[in-house]
Amino acid sequence: MNSQAQIAVVDELAPPGPFREFWNYFCGNRGALIGFGVIVVVLLAALFANFLTPHSPYEQYRDYILTPPAWQDGGLWRFPLGTDEVGRDVLTRLIYGGRLSLFIGMMVVTLSLMLGTLIGLVSGYARGITDTLIMRAMDIIMALPSLLLALAIVTILGPGLINASIAIAVTYLPHYVRITRASVIGETSKDYVIASKVSGAGVFRLIFITILPNCMAPLIVQASLGFSNAILDAAALGFIGLGAQPPSPEWGSMLANALEFIQRAWWVVTFPGLMILVTVLAFNLMGDGLRDALDPKMKL
Amino acid sequence: MSSQDLILEARDLTRYYKVSQGPFKPAATVKALDEVSFEVEAGKTLAVVGESGCGKSTLARQLTMIERPTSGELKFDGFDLANDSDHELKTARQRVQMIFQNPYGSLNPRKKIGTIIGEPLVINSNLAKAEVEERVRSIMTKVGLRPEHYNRYPHMFSGGQRQRIAIARALMLEPKLVVADEPVSALDVSVQAQVLNLLKDLQQEMTLAFVFIAHDLSVVRYIADKVMVMYLGRIAEYGQSELIFSRPRHPYTQALLASTPHLKMENRKERIILSGEIPSPLAPPSGCVFHTRCPFARPQCAEQVPDVEEFDGRLTSCLRAAEIAAEQDRSQG
Repeated sequence: MNSQAQIAVVDELAPPGPFREFWNYFCGNRGALIGFGVIVVVLLAALFANFLTPHSPYEQYRDYILTPPAWQDGGLWRFPLGTDEVGRDVLTRLIYGGRLSLFIGMMVVTLSLMLGTLIGLVSGYARGITDTLIMRAMDIIMALPSLLLALAIVTILGPGLINASIAIAVTYLPHYVRITRASVIGETSKDYVIASKVSGAGVFRLIFITILPNCMAPLIVQASLGFSNAILDAAALGFIGLGAQPPSPEWGSMLANALEFIQRAWWVVTFPGLMILVTVLAFNLMGDGLRDALDPKMKL
Repeated sequence: MSSQDLILEARDLTRYYKVSQGPFKPAATVKALDEVSFEVEAGKTLAVVGESGCGKSTLARQLTMIERPTSGELKFDGFDLANDSDHELKTARQRVQMIFQNPYGSLNPRKKIGTIIGEPLVINSNLAKAEVEERVRSIMTKVGLRPEHYNRYPHMFSGGQRQRIAIARALMLEPKLVVADEPVSALDVSVQAQVLNLLKDLQQEMTLAFVFIAHDLSVVRYIADKVMVMYLGRIAEYGQSELIFSRPRHPYTQALLASTPHLKMENRKERIILSGEIPSPLAPPSGCVFHTRCPFARPQCAEQVPDVEEFDGRLTSCLRAAEIAAEQDRSQG
């Protein structure tokens, strides 16, 4: 084969770009695609809440307290999903609530994933005394009940949404550190890492370019699961009064605040719960799809 | 043989490992390599043979600078691998590359093979991306891979093809010495021959020296210029390949050779079945380390440590080499 013919063959077989390739595999997984669709819808709704909602999330229609959803007896189309105990429109608050809940989820997952992966990489690669110190510190964090620890941290930092998410991120840290450390230890002993070393790769190259990509699969799944836990924990903190502060519409605290009405007005409790369920499910589905699409071994 | 041709020279190369035996016992020492001396000429192949646990892989780790020897000299191409600083050894590292036993574990599953083969160049040179890619494609052709597979992942290839990828990676920096740690033992027999032929062709073309670690003697016979037989971290026998295969003088070498299966009756040798296992390197036998399993052992073997001495054109470490040789030659002829 002469070189020109060779080049022609190469051109013909040139694969699509890395993103395109990833997208193709991702689209092959229907569940992941549905999850991704739901997340996009929730995200867009949260972003354009001002334009989508007829009411303000804080406005209290005192004459319409606990109005049922529109399709029930006594429901009004002004309030499609009914109103809560002080007369605020539930649909409006759900849409605005997406902002806070997604923000908390993102913030907690990003913080704990990045920090946890970094600490885990150091711990798993360095071994020895560094490893022991880090892992014992993580054991201490794990030994404390997570909500109690979060409470303590929020009390130190002061109540508020950002402080609450920092506190929750700290309590999730050990999971990411342990997962990363375990996979790093497993990967480091493999021949391809030694091969990289023999080629002269430095420590940073070894850790971040050679080892880290091979440890990502369990981390992605853990992150997508952690997203849902973060939303729930933030709700719990909000319930105690240390997370999202009362008038702000956050799914978890909406759920917690309306618990007493579950007998009389099911809609006040059910819809925030449903939103959490659907979003969490969507993230889990997308997490599965991401893992498959990012793992070349799943491709044929 | 002039000393200029020597690319690698080891004198009394020794590597000990400290092994913790529990909280209340002193740490034990494993003599993984014990005063091993050998040399490799440029463009030639030294095969290192022995059972598992005899120090073959430890030797590879010293040669590829993954570890430093405990004592002894290790000279490679003007570098002192035992004492030079890491900075000074940067160039040396480019000239020694390695091929691993298991081609399923030695390729990063998340990288495309183009990236894997090009990695040594990316690390060690400032070539532009396009030029690296061009060189990778040309070396892929050289080792018998199709350059249009540049963007595939390792799992899409068979064992033999993967080993070709590993070979391409090892040759990327145009090394002078390639340490091959059982490069064909994980492959099918039919593929083994292809890979061995490829290695031989490349050796001639690029004047590569090989340190070829193996336990399959037929493979060794095919590829080696010199053979070093090791037992428990020491040299049992070391010399020209033909000589050792035709007239092994150390009882351990004889046992190894006799254990190779032969198809034709007349090629079969009387089997020497070694009793027992290879002793624990934590507590090696006294005297000659082989005496516990040696069919020719005498009480003196348990007391006196044999030196590696020249006998019948090769080096061997047997106290009774001359006696045994005389006995065997008499019985044969």
